[in-house]
Amino acid sequence: MQGMRSEASVLHLDLDAFFAAVEQRDKPSLRGRPVVVGGTGGRGVVSTASYEARAYGARSAMSTAEARRRCPPGTAFLGGRFAAYSVTSRVVMDLLRELSPLVEQVSVDEAYVDLAAGDHDLSVAGLTALARDLKERIHAATGGVRGSVGIGSSKTMTKIGSELDKPDGLLVVPAGSELDVLHPLPVRSLPGVGPATGDRLSAVGVRTVGDLHERSLTDLVALVGQAHGTGLFRLARALDDRPVVPDREAKSVSAERTYATDLTDLGRLQSEIRWLADRVVARLQKEGTAGRTVTLKFRRYDFTTLTRSQTLPQPVDDARTVTDVATRLLAGIDRTGGVRLLGVGVSALATYVQGDLFAPDEAPVVIDTEEDEEETPAPQSRSWHPGQDVAHAEMGSGWVWGSGLGRVTVRFEGPLTPPGPVRTYAVDDPALVPAEPPDWRGTEDQKSRS
Amino acid sequence: MKFRVAREVLSDAVAWTARSLPPRPSVPVLAGILLEVQGASLSVSGFDYEVSARAEVDVSSTEDGRTLVPGRLLAEIVRALPPHPVDVVAEGARLAISCGNARFSLPTLPVEDYPSLPSLPSTAGVVDSDAFAEAVGQVAVAAGRDDTLPMLTGVRLEIEDDRVTLAATDRYRLAVREFAWRPEVSGLSAAVLVPARTLADAAKTLTSGPEVVLSLSSGGAGEGILGLSGKDRQTTTRLLDAEFVKYRAIMPNESASHALLPVGAFTDAAKRVALVAERGTPLRCEFTPGQVTLRAGGTDDEGQAEERCDVEFDGDPLTIGFNPTFLLDGLASVHTERARMDFTSALKPAVLSGHEEPAEDGAPRPGSYRYLIMPVRLPG
Repeated sequence: MQGMRSEASVLHLDLDAFFAAVEQRDKPSLRGRPVVVGGTGGRGVVSTASYEARAYGARSAMSTAEARRRCPPGTAFLGGRFAAYSVTSRVVMDLLRELSPLVEQVSVDEAYVDLAAGDHDLSVAGLTALARDLKERIHAATGGVRGSVGIGSSKTMTKIGSELDKPDGLLVVPAGSELDVLHPLPVRSLPGVGPATGDRLSAVGVRTVGDLHERSLTDLVALVGQAHGTGLFRLARALDDRPVVPDREAKSVSAERTYATDLTDLGRLQSEIRWLADRVVARLQKEGTAGRTVTLKFRRYDFTTLTRSQTLPQPVDDARTVTDVATRLLAGIDRTGGVRLLGVGVSALATYVQGDLFAPDEAPVVIDTEEDEEETPAPQSRSWHPGQDVAHAEMGSGWVWGSGLGRVTVRFEGPLTPPGPVRTYAVDDPALVPAEPPDWRGTEDQKSRS
Repeated sequence: MKFRVAREVLSDAVAWTARSLPPRPSVPVLAGILLEVQGASLSVSGFDYEVSARAEVDVSSTEDGRTLVPGRLLAEIVRALPPHPVDVVAEGARLAISCGNARFSLPTLPVEDYPSLPSLPSTAGVVDSDAFAEAVGQVAVAAGRDDTLPMLTGVRLEIEDDRVTLAATDRYRLAVREFAWRPEVSGLSAAVLVPARTLADAAKTLTSGPEVVLSLSSGGAGEGILGLSGKDRQTTTRLLDAEFVKYRAIMPNESASHALLPVGAFTDAAKRVALVAERGTPLRCEFTPGQVTLRAGGTDDEGQAEERCDVEFDGDPLTIGFNPTFLLDGLASVHTERARMDFTSALKPAVLSGHEEPAEDGAPRPGSYRYLIMPVRLPG
């Protein structure tokens, strides 16, 4: 059984309430107040809650409706602005790459860094100084986003470390002291131990990682199965030799949508599949990849979820083929009762694509013309979502505070202004247009506006 | 039924007929081979409602008759017989076969339940049997094997007076071959889609005589039949009831560059380099004046290979990727010493064709063959 590194040279960074932090940076009137970012529709789910909102019990993955019940009036419920998050994320990832060439980005707000591949002082004091400096530079470069850093001898240790001291945390676990840190922790704090496994372990008296350590491999395998049992056995001993892999390649590309009302109409389902396939293919093409396996994910009205997939003889990256295969897969599913969620994915990715003699000539993947206009469930051009960046001909830059009944309310402020004024317009006011995310690093335009 | 026949003659006829027996017959009698003796002639037939095969051989017979025997078993027995004359006698519900010191007694199947074979449709024309076998082989290689699109499993057969055009595609490559024939009536025009595997099999095994007669009934709604008769053998196949793609529209009519490849040397090099190309990964061909460099593999956990081959190349340097199987299939089908490959761009179909060496009398070889390969788009 492979062990771990003999020195604490893996760093894990997890940005704190990242989406909410970017919102609070760009919307000064929300600083210090509860902010919930996520789906704001009938079945939306919380992506991120600010620490102010967490104090009221709002959590990631909770339904937005539940978060609304828990949070006080005045809580901002915003749809996401992924362009803004991604610009900010890139700034952070660039700072990490200055530390080491080996940076494994796990998601937009989380990454591992292999410090052994950089030239660093790996003593506890050296690592603490490095982490403190990194956190300060992230805060400065992002205009206020904070992150928690864990440093240890393995990915698992560093992830647990950054989690333990959140938010704005810093924990260095020196090599050799892993078990001292791990054993007092509840088993639920281990990655991969959810409520189900937690309950099973607790039923046999295993509550802490220390309890887990006392169990034999045979016991654990009998309890939770071969793979999971072996994993837990290793985790309890801090055994984790997974390397930091830069630019980890995506294994699949997918898109899915949850519907406000269950879909039953076959024509509508087919147009939804086409819509999802277009998005998946656009991403495949952007990354220059293609895949051989097309998967359709299907969640029924009663939450039963099934997936069907078909593997093709050649990798594909054209929307027509993905749509055709996914539609064929749909035909084999019992749709009685309606569909709550549909997803289309492409996996078995390859960087080469066998051309198709009969594909339309160099078809660019854009959403098709008129035909799709009618069928695409995309919002109408004049709909505004809460949190969206807008610009007004006279008032300048701002964001959508809310809309409804033909009106849209906008607060005019930006990352470099004090909290600004609120104005209400007709939704189709020609002076109001969608805008790019504001630049927190300061431009003349934003500085000159009061 | 009682006859005597030469062992080789019988085993050839039975083996040929047994090829078209269905592996999993929908009704038991279809697993049978029908033996019919009339005068000095024995016919050996098989039929599965899609394909029929019928071979005729000369025998010395003392009693006419017909009997249906399990086909595969008969084929295995006949193939294994010693080199002596074979005596076959129907004895009630069994068939006795004796040859040298060997004796077999086979159960028979109810011959009255056996469907009658389709009669040959009216003759459409006549083609040289070797030329036909070559043309069909060159084209059928590009047909698809995936039954979900029946159109792609067929060979398109187009007749336009004294020219026949065959075409097949699996959507990644397209093979087209034209040849001359003698139509039964002048001005004949027809286009049908024939199951590729059946056609390839038939054409290959009908070369014992100089000519093959094509007969055609293109009744609609899946009723169409193609008949092929060579010396002592005839076969029919049901036509595919599907439209074929408008393949002429995708044949490039100009090229930006072309290469002349020594087929043998280039094929050997491509086969070697392709050894490291795992499942469907491309073979990169980098063409520069005077040579092509073939590469495959490349990522850290794969093998890598590279080989240079001298070719004539005219045009701007070009790097193009191909599925190695598709490229090798085409190279094996041109049947010339050198092959010409025409390119438009690295993303457009490349056209492989035979390069006719100038003949002494300057006469062009009849026929034409083109094999289009859609390239694999390379990363980067």
